[in-house]
Amino acid sequence: MPQQITIAVFSENKAGLLHRVTTSFTRRKINIESLTASESEVPGIHRYTIVVEITPADADKLVHALEKQVDIQKAFWYSNEEIIFREIALYKIRAEAMTDGSPALDVVDRHHARILSVEEHFTVIQKTGRREATTQLFKELEPYGILEFVRSGRVAISRPMKELKDYLVELKIASAR
Amino acid sequence: MSTTTKPDSTGTSTPSNRISGSEAVVRCLLEEGVDLVFGYPGGAIMPVYDELYKYSDQIHHVLVRHEQGATHAAQGYARSSGRVGACIATSGPGATNLITGIADAMIDSTPMVCITGQVPKHLLGSDAFQETDVMGITIPITKWSFQITEASEIPEVFAKAFYVAKSGRPGPVVIDITKNAQFGELDYQYERCEVVKTYVARPDVGRNELQEAADLINSAKRPYILFGQGVILSEAEDELKAFVEKAGIPAAWTIMGLSAMNTDHPLNVGMLGMHGNYGPNVMINECDVMIAIGMRFDDRVTGNLEKFAKQAKVIHLEIDRAEIDKNVKTDVALVGDAKEVLGLLTPLVNSNSHEAWHQKFKECDAMEFDKVIQNECSPTEGMMTMGEVIKNLNKHTHGEAIIVTDVGQHQMVACRYAEFKQTKSNITSGGLGTMGFGLPAAIGAKLGAPDRQVIAVVGDGGIQMTIEELGVILQTDVHVKIVLLNNEFLGMVRQWQQLFFDKRYSATEMVNPDFQKIAEAYKIESKRIDERADLDQAIETMLDHDGAYFLEVMVGKENNVFPMVPSGAGVSEIRLE
Ligand SMILES: Cc1cc2nc3c(=O)[nH]c(=O)nc-3n(C[C@H](O)[C@H](O)[C@H](O)COP(=O)(O)OP(=O)(O)OC[C@H]3O[C@@H](n4cnc5c(N)ncnc54)[C@H](O)[C@@H]3O)c2cc1C
Ligand SMILES: Cc1ncc(C[n+]2csc(CCOP(=O)(O)OP(=O)(O)O)c2C)c(N)n1
Ligand SMILES: [Mg+2]
Repeated sequence: MPQQITIAVFSENKAGLLHRVTTSFTRRKINIESLTASESEVPGIHRYTIVVEITPADADKLVHALEKQVDIQKAFWYSNEEIIFREIALYKIRAEAMTDGSPALDVVDRHHARILSVEEHFTVIQKTGRREATTQLFKELEPYGILEFVRSGRVAISRPMKELKDYLVELKIASAR
Repeated sequence: MSTTTKPDSTGTSTPSNRISGSEAVVRCLLEEGVDLVFGYPGGAIMPVYDELYKYSDQIHHVLVRHEQGATHAAQGYARSSGRVGACIATSGPGATNLITGIADAMIDSTPMVCITGQVPKHLLGSDAFQETDVMGITIPITKWSFQITEASEIPEVFAKAFYVAKSGRPGPVVIDITKNAQFGELDYQYERCEVVKTYVARPDVGRNELQEAADLINSAKRPYILFGQGVILSEAEDELKAFVEKAGIPAAWTIMGLSAMNTDHPLNVGMLGMHGNYGPNVMINECDVMIAIGMRFDDRVTGNLEKFAKQAKVIHLEIDRAEIDKNVKTDVALVGDAKEVLGLLTPLVNSNSHEAWHQKFKECDAMEFDKVIQNECSPTEGMMTMGEVIKNLNKHTHGEAIIVTDVGQHQMVACRYAEFKQTKSNITSGGLGTMGFGLPAAIGAKLGAPDRQVIAVVGDGGIQMTIEELGVILQTDVHVKIVLLNNEFLGMVRQWQQLFFDKRYSATEMVNPDFQKIAEAYKIESKRIDERADLDQAIETMLDHDGAYFLEVMVGKENNVFPMVPSGAGVSEIRLE
């Protein structure tokens, strides 16, 4: 059964690498739901966090296909239970909707969202959480007029305690032979 | 690194490391032992060609007639010599003409480095003349690729390119070099690459897995070895032989594994797959332990996976972790280099002979001989068959020749019946099945193994896809023998139309040119025969001729290749007729 799977890819940050990563998905007709690129805890090592909907068996194959790429150091896949993950969403709301006592402010409060910036004509709300939570907030703010909405890709931290650098040590022993 | 001297404008030699990017390209090739490149010039690569001119005493450039020919020639060269094939082309159309060969080298794990010119860095992305996104196009079909935009990057990138192309599971690498990088200067220093931080070329096999594999093999009643090109790429032929002989296990080869063992070795039971031998296919579903070595369970080998070896425990020896469990579920994975792993495994297995089990293969062989081989290889009437031509080749070459094939029925017949006594003797386009591969690959194979007889077995369809490469034979005087098996059909497709599309021969009948006149125009000795009585003499004449030769044999128009596992069927459902 296809399920939501988060793939973490560790690599050096090189031009063209993102293309190599994404073609591994597109050639298997796997749709990428979200993709985030950032640094990792290891200096010089970049990390892609990619969310897809596939079976665990396909996830295995995909991870090995990614890992064999010359510039990719390591790849893992996780089910949602194996990670702690978040997305961040920003909502741009008309200033009039956010005046004192406005019910929109209650909505923001109830969702533990933050007012990020108050400008002359609009206010920006920030909400961090899982997709369902940021979507729910979207729905509840919608009646007040959302001028702009954006949600980041998923960022995720794995639950297992083995660290990336332990894997890299294992790899280095193998390749430095 | 090396500090070499180069002639300066006054003719005297001064030690200098300050050289142009284009000269660095040629020097890098020399550092990697490249003395032969296949290519075609054009605007964006002219500075490199200018250096090739200056270095022509050290590096031989073979001018192909189409860049696709350069890639297949480089592949043929790599496969006959075990070295990295090199080719070179200009930007835009030159680069895109390489694509088929790059894809072919990727799927068949052939080490190759392709160098393409590119528009100057400041014009990238501007739709400049002959600009194409070579990186974007080649990333999905290369093991690695890199665009060089500064001269100073050249040595390091070339070193990595050759290392990556050759090490681990080999494959093609593309280096795209902008024109400014060719014109620019650098302080040249070369250091060979021996390790890439993010890449494990040769994984270490696990000790526990080795023992588990040995235990499985030692307890097996009907063990069966399937081996493939990984044995040749690993140069593990001796280790394979030692393993097979000690354990006494019947061994079958994939098409890409052909010649890794002698054809007539008593434990070599023949060819796997769609057009393979009967016994090797049927026994897949009879064995209790399957040992796959350097082969990737291609669907032409497995047929329907639901009906493939479900009863067997599977041991898979593979250098590429991504192949494990990709198609066939493995019980014991031996991830490592075939040569190394077999060397460790053989001492752990017991000597055995498995007589009764062997007998089962022999019974199947007898059936296949009666129903297929006899008629295909020793017919007495009717048009000539492809099989009898290959048998006659065997008779004259004694299995010592390199057989290069194109794609189609003639390919299957050549792979089934050609005999081999030396490794690296079968060169064919397996994974991509690229028509047009044969002629240029044979040219490359001959240049990679000049002392060996190289015979291209081609079809009337495929040869016309790269027939322009006869020009290389003319200009470079390459002594390849070309055997055209002319059935005036795109035979392989016609066979499927006959068997699965009620004989509707849609677009498979060929109206062919006079091939003899074409050969003559290229000044290649040639002959066309359509009588069985002339075959033996014609082949002898061809092989004895001191130079290239073009032999056209008219064969039955509507002959079929059997046995055959129909697509979608299981290997046990193999048809003998
Ligand atoms: C018309 C047509 C019909 C065909 N019919 C058949 C058929 O009947 N039978 C058949 O067999 N093929 C057939 N083929 C070819 C088929 O498509 C595949 O190309 C072929 O089966 C692949 O063989 P392979 O797995 O041995 O080689 P490859 O595809 O080259 O795979 C080699 C494997 O070895 C591994 N390897 C590389 N180096 C090492 C090392 N140092 N140590 C260990 N492992 C290593 C690689 O990672 C790879 O997995 C046909 C092709 C065409 C065009
Ligand atoms: C470039 C390319 N186009 C199409 C095909 C499909 N195809 C496979 S075999 C074949 C027929 C080959 O005909 P020919 O070269 O005459 O060989 P024959 O089968 O007759 O021996 C075709 C068209 C292919 N493999 N490669
Ligand atoms: Mg034909």
